[in-house]
Amino acid sequence: MAKKTEKKLAAWDIVQIARHAERPNITDYIRLLCDDFVELHGDRLFGDDRGLIGGFATIGGRRVVLIGHRKGRGVDENIEANFGMASPEGYRKAMRLMRLAEKYGLPVVSFVDTPGAYPGSEAEARGQAEAIAHNLEFMATLKTPIVVVVTGEGGSGGALGIAVGDRILMLQNAVYSVISPEGCASILWRDGSKAPQAADALKITAESLKGLGIIDAIVPEPAGGAHADPAATAAAVKKAVLACLEALCAVPLKSLVAQRYDKFCAMGCR
Amino acid sequence: MSWFEKPAEAPARVPTDAIWAVCPSCKAYVAKEAWRAADKVCPRCNHHERLNCRERVALLTDAGSFKELNAEVSFNDPLSFSDSSGAYADKAKATVAKTGEGESILTGTATVEKIAVVLGVMDFKFLGGSLGSGTGERIRLAAEKAIALKRPLIIVSASGGARMHEGIVSLMQMAKTCAAIARVKEAGLPYLSILTDPTTGGVSASYAMVGDLNIAEPKALIGFAGRRVIEQTIKQKLPDDFQTAEYTLAHGFVDHIVPRKELKAFLANVLRYAGY
Repeated sequence: MAKKTEKKLAAWDIVQIARHAERPNITDYIRLLCDDFVELHGDRLFGDDRGLIGGFATIGGRRVVLIGHRKGRGVDENIEANFGMASPEGYRKAMRLMRLAEKYGLPVVSFVDTPGAYPGSEAEARGQAEAIAHNLEFMATLKTPIVVVVTGEGGSGGALGIAVGDRILMLQNAVYSVISPEGCASILWRDGSKAPQAADALKITAESLKGLGIIDAIVPEPAGGAHADPAATAAAVKKAVLACLEALCAVPLKSLVAQRYDKFCAMGCR
Repeated sequence: MSWFEKPAEAPARVPTDAIWAVCPSCKAYVAKEAWRAADKVCPRCNHHERLNCRERVALLTDAGSFKELNAEVSFNDPLSFSDSSGAYADKAKATVAKTGEGESILTGTATVEKIAVVLGVMDFKFLGGSLGSGTGERIRLAAEKAIALKRPLIIVSASGGARMHEGIVSLMQMAKTCAAIARVKEAGLPYLSILTDPTTGGVSASYAMVGDLNIAEPKALIGFAGRRVIEQTIKQKLPDDFQTAEYTLAHGFVDHIVPRKELKAFLANVLRYAGY
C-alpha cells in the first residue's frame, strides 16, 4: 500500500535518501550479508585508510574479495572514516586487494558510497589523481570478475576509482554523478541553491542511469528507502550480487576482460 | 607639479595588440614577433602561455607530417543538458564554429624527428578542454590506431576535467580512456603523457597520470581537486606553488619538466631509448 501511494520522487529527494544518516553503510552490509569477513589493512606504502576498507568475505557460500567506501554512523565514526572520502592510500589498498583477488582466483565485489575522493592538501601531495587513474587502468584489465554496487552516493572520480566492473548495480535510491548537484549548481548556475535543478539536469538517479546504459540493474529498496529496513535491503543486494557472480564466473576470463572493455567503450557513443 | 615629480604612467600611446603581446603572468610587453618565435613563452618570467591544439601539433611534429584522424567524431549531448545560460548543445555548436575543432582533443598520426607516432593534443579553448564523450572516443580510437600501427602514443593534456554537461557519461570516459591506454601498454608500446597548463580533475585522474613517462611544462597547474575546494576543506590558505608542475615533480608524480623549446627533442630522445 505504502508503495502505491508513494509519488514519484524528484532527483533531489533521492539525493537526500542516498545521503540519509541512517542509510545502511558497508559495516551494515558486511554484518547483514556476509557469512565471514576478514578485514585486510593497509596499502603497504603509507598507511591504512579508514574511509575505504576491504578484505576476504563469504557471501552466500561464495568467497570473494570485498572492497568499499566506509561511511560511519555518528560523528566519531564518521571522523575516523573521513565521511567516506577516501585518500590515495585507500585506492592503493583497494588495488592491492584486487591484485590478491586475481592471484587467488576470487571475484571482486565493490561497494560504492562516497561524496567523492578526499579533497585535502595531503591527498594531493600523495597523488590522489594518480591513485584513482591507476585503479581505472588496472581494473580494466583485471583477470577476475568484478561486481560493483552503488549503495548510496556515487561521487565522481572518488566513486569510479573502485567502480570499473563487469556488472554495475545500483540501489533504487542511490545516486551516481560526475559532480555533486551543489557543485554543479554553483558553477553552471552560479548559485549553490539551484542544486535541485542541477540534480535533475545531471540525470543521477538509478532510473536515469539505467536508461543511459551506464548501469546494468536496479536493486529495489523497501518502501521509504533502505534505512527503513536494512535487513531487507541487504537481502536484495545479496541476491543481486550472487546472481551476477553466478553468471560472470561461468565466463572464460579472456572473454570477460574483452567484454568489460567493450562495455566501457560503448558508453557515450551514439 | 613639475614634470620630474609626475608619477610614472602608462605610455601616452597605448601599444596595440597588433604589435605587442602582454604576458598574462608578469604583464610584460613582448613584441608579437618575438612572442611567436618563443612559442608563447615569456622571455622575462618563463610563463608558458597555453597553446591551441594546432599550434602544439606544429611545435611537436615534423612539418607536414600530421594527418588528422576521426575528425567526424564530435561532441554528444546524452543528457539533453541545459543550465541557467542555455542548452549545452547550442554552446557546443558555437564552440565548434568558433574554434574550428570538433572536440577538445585533436588526434592524428605524425612523425617526431622522423619517429612515427600517434598523437592526441587537447585544446583548452574547446570548453575548457573538458573531457566529453567525443573526447573519450577520439582517445580510444587513437589508442587502437597506435596498437594497429605498432606506434607509440603521445597525449598532450590541457583540461579542467570531466565535462559536467555530459554528466555521468563524461565520468565514464575516464574509465574508457584508461582501458584503452592499458591496451596500448599491454601491446608493449610506449605511452607518453604530457601535462600542460592546466591538467586537473578527471583528466589528471585518468589518462594524463598513467604515462610510461609523465612529462610536464614549467609551472603548469596539475592537480586533482580545485584550490578553492581544498582551502574550504582544510580551512587554510595553500602555498603559491601548490599543484604546480614543480610541486608535482617534487612529490614524485612527474618524470621531468621540459621547457617548451626542448619538448620535441626530448620526446624523440626518450622514444629512441624505447627502441624507436
